[in-house]
This record gives sequence, C-alpha cells and structure tokens, in this order.
Amino acid sequence: MSDESTDQPREAPERPDPAPSPAAYTIGLAQINPTLGDVDRNLAKHHEFIERAVFEKVDLLVFPEASLTGYYLQDLTDDVAMRVDAPPLRRLAEVAAQQDLDICVGFIEEDDRYIHYISQVYFSGGRPVHIHRKVYLPTYGMFDDMRFVGQGRKIRAFDTRFGRLGMLICEDFWHISSPYLLWQDGAETLLLVSAGPGRGVKPGDDYLDTTFDLGLTHRMFAEFFTTYVVHCNRVGYEDGIAFAGYSGVIGPDGAELARGPHFEETLITARIDPEAIRWKRRSLPLLRDEKPDLVLRELERIVAARDR
Amino acid sequence: MPTALTAGAIHNRLEIAPALTRRLLVEFIRNETRKFGFQRLVLALSGGIDSALSAYLGAEAVGPENVFAVMMPYRTSSPASLAHAQLVVDDLQLPHTVVEITPMVEPLFARFPDMSAGRKGNVMARARMIVIFDQSLAQGALVLGTSNKTEVLLGYTTWFGDSAASLQPIGDLYKTQVRALSRAVGVPQPILDKQPSADLWPGQTDETELGIAYDEVDQVLYLLVDERMDADRIVHLGFDAALVTRVRTLVKNMQYKRMMPVTAKVGSRTPGVDFRYPRDWGR
Repeated sequence: MSDESTDQPREAPERPDPAPSPAAYTIGLAQINPTLGDVDRNLAKHHEFIERAVFEKVDLLVFPEASLTGYYLQDLTDDVAMRVDAPPLRRLAEVAAQQDLDICVGFIEEDDRYIHYISQVYFSGGRPVHIHRKVYLPTYGMFDDMRFVGQGRKIRAFDTRFGRLGMLICEDFWHISSPYLLWQDGAETLLLVSAGPGRGVKPGDDYLDTTFDLGLTHRMFAEFFTTYVVHCNRVGYEDGIAFAGYSGVIGPDGAELARGPHFEETLITARIDPEAIRWKRRSLPLLRDEKPDLVLRELERIVAARDR
Repeated sequence: MPTALTAGAIHNRLEIAPALTRRLLVEFIRNETRKFGFQRLVLALSGGIDSALSAYLGAEAVGPENVFAVMMPYRTSSPASLAHAQLVVDDLQLPHTVVEITPMVEPLFARFPDMSAGRKGNVMARARMIVIFDQSLAQGALVLGTSNKTEVLLGYTTWFGDSAASLQPIGDLYKTQVRALSRAVGVPQPILDKQPSADLWPGQTDETELGIAYDEVDQVLYLLVDERMDADRIVHLGFDAALVTRVRTLVKNMQYKRMMPVTAKVGSRTPGVDFRYPRDWGR
C-alpha cells in the first residue's frame, strides 16, 4: 500500500523560466544646442557629451534630431550632408564603443544616389545598427523640410543589447500610426528625437504651449503601448526660433521618470527597466488584445475606396 | 461692438504667461547676440513703453552695464519723454548718452521749407537710426530693436527708420502683450500709464493717428494673423466691419516694409528668392 494520500497536494510540476527580460540600463538624453551648419563644432560637442555620459554611467546616449548639423539649414543642407560611413561619424561611433556606450546621433545623411535625408543613426560597438530616415517632413507654417530632403520609406523596430527599440524623428511621432507600427514591430522603448520649436505662452503653466501638447501625446503613447517613451529635444535658437528642450523619459505606466528644463543645455539620465513593462502588461494587456490583422484589413478597404 | 463674451474670450487668447515669456525673450537676446561674438547692445530709448521693455529684457540678458541707452530728443519732443527714459536708465543703471537730433535735421527742414509733418517725422526717425547704428559701431554692440507686432503688422513704422535693428525681441508681441510684460518686468508706472505716441509732433498719439484703439485692433490682428480667420467670420463675431477692412488693408499694403526690396530676377539664384540661408548661418 502506498504512503501517498490522495489528500496530499502534489508538487507543482517544473515550469521552464520565462525568457529573462533584458537587463535594466541607464539612458542619457543629450539636450544640446547645436551650431547651425558647423559640423566640426557639433562633433566636438558630441564628444564632450559622450565623456559626460560615461562619467554618469550612461549605457545608451541619445542626441536630438539633426544634432550634428542644426535644423533650419535651408541651402546649407548640401554642405553638411554626409554618408553614414563618413570618417567623423565612424570616429564618434568608435570613441563611444571604446567606453561601451551605444549612441543615437542626428545628421543629414547622403545615400548612394546623393539623396539627402534627416536621419538618426544608432551606433553600437562602433557600427551602425540601424538608421531611421525621417518619413514625415513638415512643410507648412514655419517648416520647410520637404524642400531640402527626401522622405524616408520605412518605420521599423530593431534589436539592440538593450532589447528591441524604435526611433522616430519629430513630425514622425505626430502621426500616431508611426509609434503604433513600432509597437506592433516589437519595440519596447520608443526613442523620439526632435528639433522641436517651442511657442505659445498662454498663462497658467511654466512651459510653452507646444510643450504641454507634446507631454500629453508622449504620455498617451506610453500608456497605450505600455512601453517606455524617451524624448530627446534640443535647445537653442535659430533665426529667432526657440527650441523647447524639455526632454524626458516616461515609463510604461505613464509616469514621468525624468524631465529636463526649457532653454538649458544639459544631460538627463534615467533608469530603464524592461521588467516594468512585463509588470505593467499583467494588468493592462493591450498588446495582447490588439488586432493588427483587423487594422490591416480595414485599412486595405479604406485605402482602396479612397483611390476609387 | 463685440459682445462682452466674445471680447473677453479673444482677449484671453492674447494673455501671456509673463515669467515664461520673459525667459524666452531674455534667452533669445542672449543667444542671438553672443553667437555673433557680441557682448553689448545699444538701444534707442524713447521714454515709451516698447523701448523701456526692450531695455529691461536686454539688461537681464547681457547685464545692464552692457546695454548702452541712447536718448535722442528733438526740439519739440515732449519733456516727459526724456524724463521717462531717464527713469529706465536710473532704475537699471544703464550707461547712456543724450544725442539731440535737432542740429542733424533742421538743415534739411530749412532746405525744404514746405516739408510736411509726416515727412519731418520720417526724417527724424531715420536720423535716429543713423545715430544708433553709428553708436553700435562705436560701442562694438548690436542694435536692440523696439518694434512690436502691432506696429509691424500695421506698418506703423518708418521703413529703415525705427524698424531698423539687429534683433527684435518684442517683434512678436502685440501692444496688449507688451503692456502686460512691461508690468511684470517692472517698467516704471508713468511709462505704463501714458498714451503711446511716436512723439514726432506735439500732441501726437498712436491711437488718434491710427484712429483705432490698441486693445481692439490687437484682437482683430490676432484673429486675422495668428488664427488665420476670414474677415467675414471676424465681423460675424461682432467686430466692426470697417475696422476689420481697414486692418486687413493696412496689413496687406505694408507687407513691403517687412521684406527685402523687390529684386528683378535675372539669374538662376537670387537673394531674397532662392538663395536661402539663415541669418544664423554657421553660428
């Protein structure tokens, strides 16, 4: 006769460990003031901020849109454009790699056909892991992007030693479809970079009206996608137009983890822990329940009807 | 007349956050001066609210010791103007000088004895421009402008006269907003209280000369320009149709004052047309 009693609870069977999350890491936002059209001077500033980031034990350093060139370039675009394998960029990547630092840099990219783009390149180990070319080029009001550069044609997440990330440039993230695609493509942290002008001084707050709007949209992305949202915006002035700074990091629950000031050049750091995403998705499984196939089907119908 | 509710709602849209605006403008002055290698500014201090506000912002941006105020009365200028300018100089402790323009302009007036008051006013404005730009070279400074958005849009300026400057810190503030910010930065009360005037002849006031009240015209301008509202919709909101028409016409007719002189295009690349470089080129 067995000693086992059917009342005794059986030991739970062995479960395999779920795949471990990538480790937590420190992100740095280089909220800098680039010099308009002076790449050499801006390169020096990038090197300076790499040193600062290393000192602050940053693992991934993000620069704003067009950080190597400045933004309102107009006909200067041709003068400052460079290939992604240009020696100054390679040197920047190598210096960062020597310090075990990944960097994300803004520049005017020239491709094999001499077409220029507003691009953001992610360097790791001295090599370009991913380039995002700005897709949405604002050409209205105070903006004239489309006059000077070509449009990017991809929105894709990419793998890094910090997990799967996505990059978007300024106007890109004013189209909700952009972070949506990155989310569906597996990005757990959205790197949003900009040369965002600030305007509007309505009473009641201590920040510019445009900054308030952006804060809302970024928090919305974080909550809707249950991802980290990182926004690196530049500061300074070009021809009287102020860039608003106010860079920040928002967690997957919409909480603000770090926030930079208006008008000041500074390095902002925050700790990103992918474990927080796992935890958030337990109570808010929006990713699980999202229906990209339905979206695709309905969009196909809508686009076909539009072209009829 | 606009209904009380309408006027209030639009007036609210003209309200500014003074501390934030101040910061934005002070950083602007600092940035757009120093990037060109300049530490100093010169400023035509008239005793009016616009130049007073520019003086306060400039002093905060680069330090009062680096803002050189130039007062330029004419024989018939109101004595209050000079006294009010002195209030600003004393409050901020600005280095300053008085250059009376009378001996500069009277020979020209004598040469053309039929010269109208309007012509004389423009001559005086341009004489002041000569003085201030000469002082900018003498002082190694940039000329800090004092134009506001209302006068720029309405063209209530002398082309190459008071509109000439290196930087315009309050050029995007309506007169209403200039008043609000001036209060916040501590512009002396007598300057806040008095009637705006170009003081080009005795008794001249902006509102009499323009025939419109700043508060009202600022609202119309704001709707036309900032909100891009159609004229008939503005009238429908309750503003006087004749006023709206007049404002629109002035804005349109004065566009030339806000641009480079029209240049005949002959070649393939023309400054002002398709030779596009920023003022902050390489800075």
